[in-house]
Amino acid sequence: MSDLLAARSLMALSLAFHIVFAAAGIAMPLLMVVAEGRWLRTGDPVWLDLCKRWSKGTAILFAVGAVSGTVLSFQLGLLWPEFMRQAGPVIGLPFAMEGFAFFLEAICLGLYLYGWQKLRPRTHQLAGVGVMLGGIASGVFVIAANAWMNGPRGCRHAGDRFVDVDPIAAMCTPMWLPQAAHMLLATFLAVGFGAAGVHALVLLRHPASSLHRRALVLALQVGGISAVLLPLSGDVLAKFVAELQPVKLAAMEGLFASEQPAALRIGGWPDEEAAVTRYAIEIPYLLSFLAYGELDAKVRGLEEFPRDEWPPVLITHVAFQVMVAIGVLLLAVSVAAAFLAWRRRAPVDQRWFLKLLVYCAPLGFLGIEAGWVVTEVGRQPWIVQGVLRTSECVTPVTNLLVPFCGFTLLYVVLACVVFRLMRRHVFQSAEPALQEPEDGHA
Amino acid sequence: MPDLPQLVGAVILVAMIVYVASGGADFGSGVWELFARGPRGQQQVRALRVAIAPIWEANHVWLILVVVLLFVCFPAAFAAIMVALHLPVTLMLVGIVLRGAAFAFQSYAAGDHAIERHSVRLFRVASMITPMALGVVAGAVAGGHIRVDAATGAVAPGAVRPWLLPFPLLVGLMTLSLCTYLAAVYMTVETEGPLREDFRRRALVAGCAVGAVALPAAFVAHSEAPVIGVPLLASAWSVPFHVTTGVVAVAALVALGRRSFRTARFLAIAQTALILIGWGVAQYPFVLAPDLDVGNCAADPAVLAATLIVLGAGTVLLVPAFVCLYRVFKQ
Repeated sequence: MSDLLAARSLMALSLAFHIVFAAAGIAMPLLMVVAEGRWLRTGDPVWLDLCKRWSKGTAILFAVGAVSGTVLSFQLGLLWPEFMRQAGPVIGLPFAMEGFAFFLEAICLGLYLYGWQKLRPRTHQLAGVGVMLGGIASGVFVIAANAWMNGPRGCRHAGDRFVDVDPIAAMCTPMWLPQAAHMLLATFLAVGFGAAGVHALVLLRHPASSLHRRALVLALQVGGISAVLLPLSGDVLAKFVAELQPVKLAAMEGLFASEQPAALRIGGWPDEEAAVTRYAIEIPYLLSFLAYGELDAKVRGLEEFPRDEWPPVLITHVAFQVMVAIGVLLLAVSVAAAFLAWRRRAPVDQRWFLKLLVYCAPLGFLGIEAGWVVTEVGRQPWIVQGVLRTSECVTPVTNLLVPFCGFTLLYVVLACVVFRLMRRHVFQSAEPALQEPEDGHA
Repeated sequence: MPDLPQLVGAVILVAMIVYVASGGADFGSGVWELFARGPRGQQQVRALRVAIAPIWEANHVWLILVVVLLFVCFPAAFAAIMVALHLPVTLMLVGIVLRGAAFAFQSYAAGDHAIERHSVRLFRVASMITPMALGVVAGAVAGGHIRVDAATGAVAPGAVRPWLLPFPLLVGLMTLSLCTYLAAVYMTVETEGPLREDFRRRALVAGCAVGAVALPAAFVAHSEAPVIGVPLLASAWSVPFHVTTGVVAVAALVALGRRSFRTARFLAIAQTALILIGWGVAQYPFVLAPDLDVGNCAADPAVLAATLIVLGAGTVLLVPAFVCLYRVFKQ
């Protein structure tokens, strides 16, 4: 493995690991705050119990997310020092803002987790809102930096540095809001369905648990609403990709030859050597329409770009197909749940539906991972689209295979421990002996 | 009126002081768990955990702020440090991950005793390694052995590892002892009775250890790290400054001896601030001596100005939030 590949793999691994926990840190507070609000309104202790159980799980996930995020902020420099030397100041503004958002999130989480006895109920709930807002803001600011890498603005690249830097313009790039909206919705989708699947698993064994029934319904509402909105943000984002990163779009679609009108390829297996995507279902006109809003628009294929500017087509295309497939599937599940509810057949009483939800639990997270693969692999060979190549930025430090293996081991161990602890928390909550009401507010 | 690079440099220094005084003490409390013994060992452990549980994640963010400010405002220095100190920085990161994750795991073990046992041990060991690695990184940055081409940002491949030298290793030890000292001093304010006496004794020992490491570190700096050592020991401000730091340090120990715990806490924080200010002033104008200074490695003025505005606005949000956090959980 070359050092460049090891550096890319380690960065990808750290991002893939962190994003799961970051997503939980953003979206779980919403569930907690809603449950707490219902407890405050109704005085029903089941809601309080649920809120406390969710907050315990969140505490574990948040801590792992916080420390793995620290790793990332250092690894930007450990692995890509030349990128940080040149681009650090350009993307610095959103990173500085992210720092403060993270402060807010961590402070509010401390107040939330340990302030049950010390804060007034409404203040306590407000701290939960602070965790959520801090988490959302952190995510949105970090994505501003990523959006700049996809469509740089507010600076000029001269030789080996960026000059004429306008930090505000560099932050407010065209890709920012579509990317941020898409990622936030995906976060609520993944966490909503993740939580729904976990509670479905318990309900299959303990169908009467009112705590888990309510938890499932609430989580499914959050996931379902996100599933409906997600295609809209995806559509907007795709149009920006078509405009700013046409070669990424071509790779996502496995489109080697330019087409006018262009067909949408569903599935298929791109062969870079032969420059053809085999076994795909082709729907005429649809890609032209989705990318440019016109049925006969020309979509540029990979052939129009220099060979050394192609991203890995197979990975980008397959990851995109996986992401879209998951989005469609979870949308279908959401619609099914809405249909069941409309026909007054509570989704939580249908064993087949609970089983389906269990299988869907990891899918949202898989979709997030696939989406980031599209974003990052699809931008290769560039670290800053069209300006700076990834290979120019890698650290001169050698033997990067060693830290790659070390961090792999670290993340695997952490993931196993988190899994084991979460399983314990979840199944303990189903046992009546342990469902004694805990102390409420002082 | 200081110029923009000087201002952000000062802000970075302040953030580092707050990080050592808050997050550093969180590490120190993990070290004290390692040394929790005697008839009240279990009580000590419990008190230490209660003390850091609600605040350690917020305190930890100061480190992220320091890193971000460094790469935004002095990008070439950040890049060179990450190349030259790849190994100790990685070690520090592993320590941070293990410490944070293990603390959360043992707090929410849900009766899984195997995980709890291993997490507790890991938390304690990582609490010791991490500040040590952090200090080694700081010492290597101050040491002046990382040579950088200021024009291209390329790091010269050195014959020796810039961190595997007596000075950085001594700074590592000093950071570790300072963190444990702060933790013990804070605990004297947050406990009572015999437990408080336990921490008072520990604070006195750790306070002497800080002094015992600081003196050789200063002299090694003079011979091995002259870029910082010579200004530190031979400037016009050296004598009054070190006298002040020494007086504050001794006064903190005296306050501990007289059981004026709040005074001791104030003086220990002042001592920490003075140590870091001494480093900052001795190293000025270098960000990464001897090749990168605030003049030749600072980002565009537009970037620095925007960053300072964000810092100002952020502080307006941050201060009340931190005050609220500490009001709720601390005396």
